[in-house]
Amino acid sequence: MSVPLLSARNLHKAYGALQVTDDLSLEIIEGELQAIIGPNGAGKTTLIAQLSGQLRPDSGQIAYEGRDITRLKMHERVRLGMARSFQITSILPGFTMLENVAMAVQARSGSSFRFFGSAARERALNEAAMAALAEVGLEDRAHRIAGPMSHGEHRQLEIAIALATKPRLLLLDEPLAGTGGEEAEHLVALFRRLKSRLTLVLIEHDMQAVFALADRISVLVYGRIIASGSPDEIRRDPAVRAAYLGEEVA
Amino acid sequence: MRVKNADPAAIVPPRVAVRTWVAIALFTAFALVPVLAGWLDDPFLLVTATRIVVFALAAMALDLILGYGAMVSFGHAAYLGIGAYAVAILSSYGITDLGLHLLAALVVSAIFAAITGGISLRTRGVYFIMITLAFGQMAYFFFVSLSGFGGDDGLTLRQRSTVFGQPLLENDLALFYIALGFLVALFGFSAALVRSRFGRVLTGTRENRIRMQAIGFSPFPYQLTAFVISGCMTSVAGVLLANQSEFVSPAFMNWHRSGELIVMVVLGGIGNLTGAIGGAIIALLLEDWLAVLTQHWRLFFGLFLVLVVLYAPGGMTGLIRRIMGRAP
Amino acid sequence: MTSLFLLQLLNGVQFGVLLFLIAAGLTLVFGIMDFVNLAHGVLYMVGAYLMAAFTMITGSFAAGLLLALAATLVFGLALEFLVFRRLYERSHLDQVLATFGLVMIVNEGVKILWGTAPLTVPMPTLLSGSIPLAGPLQYPVYRVAIIAAGLVTALGLWLVINHTRIGMLLRAGASHRSTVSALGVNVSRLFTLVFAVGAMLAGFAGAIISPILSVDTGMGESVLILAFVVIVIGGIGSIRGAFLGALLVGVVDTLGRSFGPILLRTIMDPAAASQTGRTLAPMVVYILMAAILFARPAGLFGRNTS
Repeated sequence: MSVPLLSARNLHKAYGALQVTDDLSLEIIEGELQAIIGPNGAGKTTLIAQLSGQLRPDSGQIAYEGRDITRLKMHERVRLGMARSFQITSILPGFTMLENVAMAVQARSGSSFRFFGSAARERALNEAAMAALAEVGLEDRAHRIAGPMSHGEHRQLEIAIALATKPRLLLLDEPLAGTGGEEAEHLVALFRRLKSRLTLVLIEHDMQAVFALADRISVLVYGRIIASGSPDEIRRDPAVRAAYLGEEVA
Repeated sequence: MRVKNADPAAIVPPRVAVRTWVAIALFTAFALVPVLAGWLDDPFLLVTATRIVVFALAAMALDLILGYGAMVSFGHAAYLGIGAYAVAILSSYGITDLGLHLLAALVVSAIFAAITGGISLRTRGVYFIMITLAFGQMAYFFFVSLSGFGGDDGLTLRQRSTVFGQPLLENDLALFYIALGFLVALFGFSAALVRSRFGRVLTGTRENRIRMQAIGFSPFPYQLTAFVISGCMTSVAGVLLANQSEFVSPAFMNWHRSGELIVMVVLGGIGNLTGAIGGAIIALLLEDWLAVLTQHWRLFFGLFLVLVVLYAPGGMTGLIRRIMGRAP
Repeated sequence: MTSLFLLQLLNGVQFGVLLFLIAAGLTLVFGIMDFVNLAHGVLYMVGAYLMAAFTMITGSFAAGLLLALAATLVFGLALEFLVFRRLYERSHLDQVLATFGLVMIVNEGVKILWGTAPLTVPMPTLLSGSIPLAGPLQYPVYRVAIIAAGLVTALGLWLVINHTRIGMLLRAGASHRSTVSALGVNVSRLFTLVFAVGAMLAGFAGAIISPILSVDTGMGESVLILAFVVIVIGGIGSIRGAFLGALLVGVVDTLGRSFGPILLRTIMDPAAASQTGRTLAPMVVYILMAAILFARPAGLFGRNTS
């Protein structure tokens, strides 16, 4: 079997007495979309934070293409090709939509220790940023200040920012949270397109979207993965139904 | 791709223009001060204007990190002092050249900023404020202890810096225009800096540090570089200040002085360079005016500060924006 | 040499205890309210001035102390009510600016009321004189009393913080600010309380030091910055950190000033040692702070900020 793109082994993370990640192991195969579901407080966001490098696990290893990256910081992992979105919108509110994305393009194209020349006029940055905005359908709002835009637009913008870093692996932390009908459909369609060229990890509460998109689903409860398998297997798994799914997807 | 804007690469942010025009107007007004002083036959006006120009330069340097980088440095007076003592100490050894004074000021400031900044920037928020304040105080005590250079009392300069061997700066008018030249040149430098790639990383970090890390930036080297640049620029103001007052003392780097620099930046409105210049003008003129009215002018200046914070957030820039009906 | 060391060590502890009284309230204000208060040193100064005024009026040390404490408390509460409570939600920059303005106002106000000449407070007869320490060595009773008062206060604070409901809220608030309001506590009353206690402790420090220090307008500022150093070393929001940090700073600063030149003389000639010692001594605490921060950016007992 080939090396998984990302793997976590025996991760532990505790906040005081509370074990939020409890001996968790996980493999993300290149090209698949793996969804991680679980009730609130299961430790999903903490897991993403550890995978992306925002938090350091108390023990355990994380490897990317077989290379140990446990001690790499978030910005170092981004350079390896990992990108993420945040559960709570994280953008540069005072920048325009285009500038938000151009910033991400700038991060991977050449040195940023350039003290002269207007970054706003760098054609290469703006064109790549525009392309990422077009990908998520925001190109017509590129020059609006990002802060006051709607929640749905912020979610789209976050995806565009992540895409602009040209990732191989994209970690999405509840990208659909707070978005309504049409916006959600739009994002689901986008993820379906991205699936063909990126490896995706999706944390999501919207079960309809999860079962429509995922190649594999892992169920996280109290910091442990209690089941992992294809959507059909998960749907049939009695332990999962008891712990979490209930009648929701019956 | 459905790009509606024909040429996205040609976009220039429109937010810069107004401030730049205001700055140009201020510089022009400064340049005309000697003429006004001649008409009014008031040589003291030129002295005041020189002081304002020097502090405007220091305040602008502080705004570079405070406004654009959200680094509230409470120890920036240390760099004024380093610049001033570079003049005094070198002059006492017979080295009077302005270029060498500037060089020494820049080198020492860069080293001091790199060390103290490197430690302070490991922290943020309240910690950063307190630590920069403590390092500023450390510099203050260092110069107090230099008994060979006047210790607590400071020391009077025998002469101002020379330019290519010429005592050019002994002429107040020449000193004023040289100071103004530095202000304009460093304004141009700063304005370019904040629009550059580097400046964008700095502002991006101010806006959202985690986001910047999540797209692959490590904020520390950028913030530290900005901190060093800002310290060096402030030390240039220190070199000019020593020449203007023909006297240096540790009081130049007292924490009150650092506080006053922050006051100037905030009064004018942070994060737009021009505001810092305006703030220096307001703060120093207000100080001078109050000092004429009463010996207890600090009481009223303090009151003014409290009232500005409580009732006019955003300083002059904020006030102008509110008057013009735009959100602050 | 040993006896001199012992003497200076005690002086250092006494200075540390004083710094603790100032830093204790300040660290809670920083930790719980995330509020930068530059005007805290002013309360120390006001405490000393009020002590001078009330001992002169009443002619009694004890009565003067009680009145000074009460008056400092009222003064602190007035500041909180008039200015500080409008600043809790504001940016650090606004807090810096407004409290800096307050420092200017109060410093100047004190000058207007009491003039610029330093005041002195008579030593209470009960606490004057010296006690034998070791062999021929004597130590002033009053300084011992300061150390005792500081230690009793520290013990009292420790009991309140670790064994009462308010203390539990304070600890929770200092480490996880948002949880306190989630517990359904009247946060603004808690803030006022913390502030009042902090003000009184600073005023207390100013009042008890006044018999051995001249009372002047600059006195609040040097201790304010050293209190910052204490808080940074100890970790924001930690009373235990403030206590250890204060003793550390007090002892290191005092010993550095008296023994720095002596130690340097072993490695360089006397003239150079004396100059270098004078230069380095005031910087020692800042270098200590830098070293501790380098190893532990959040201070000895602070929560990690990164």
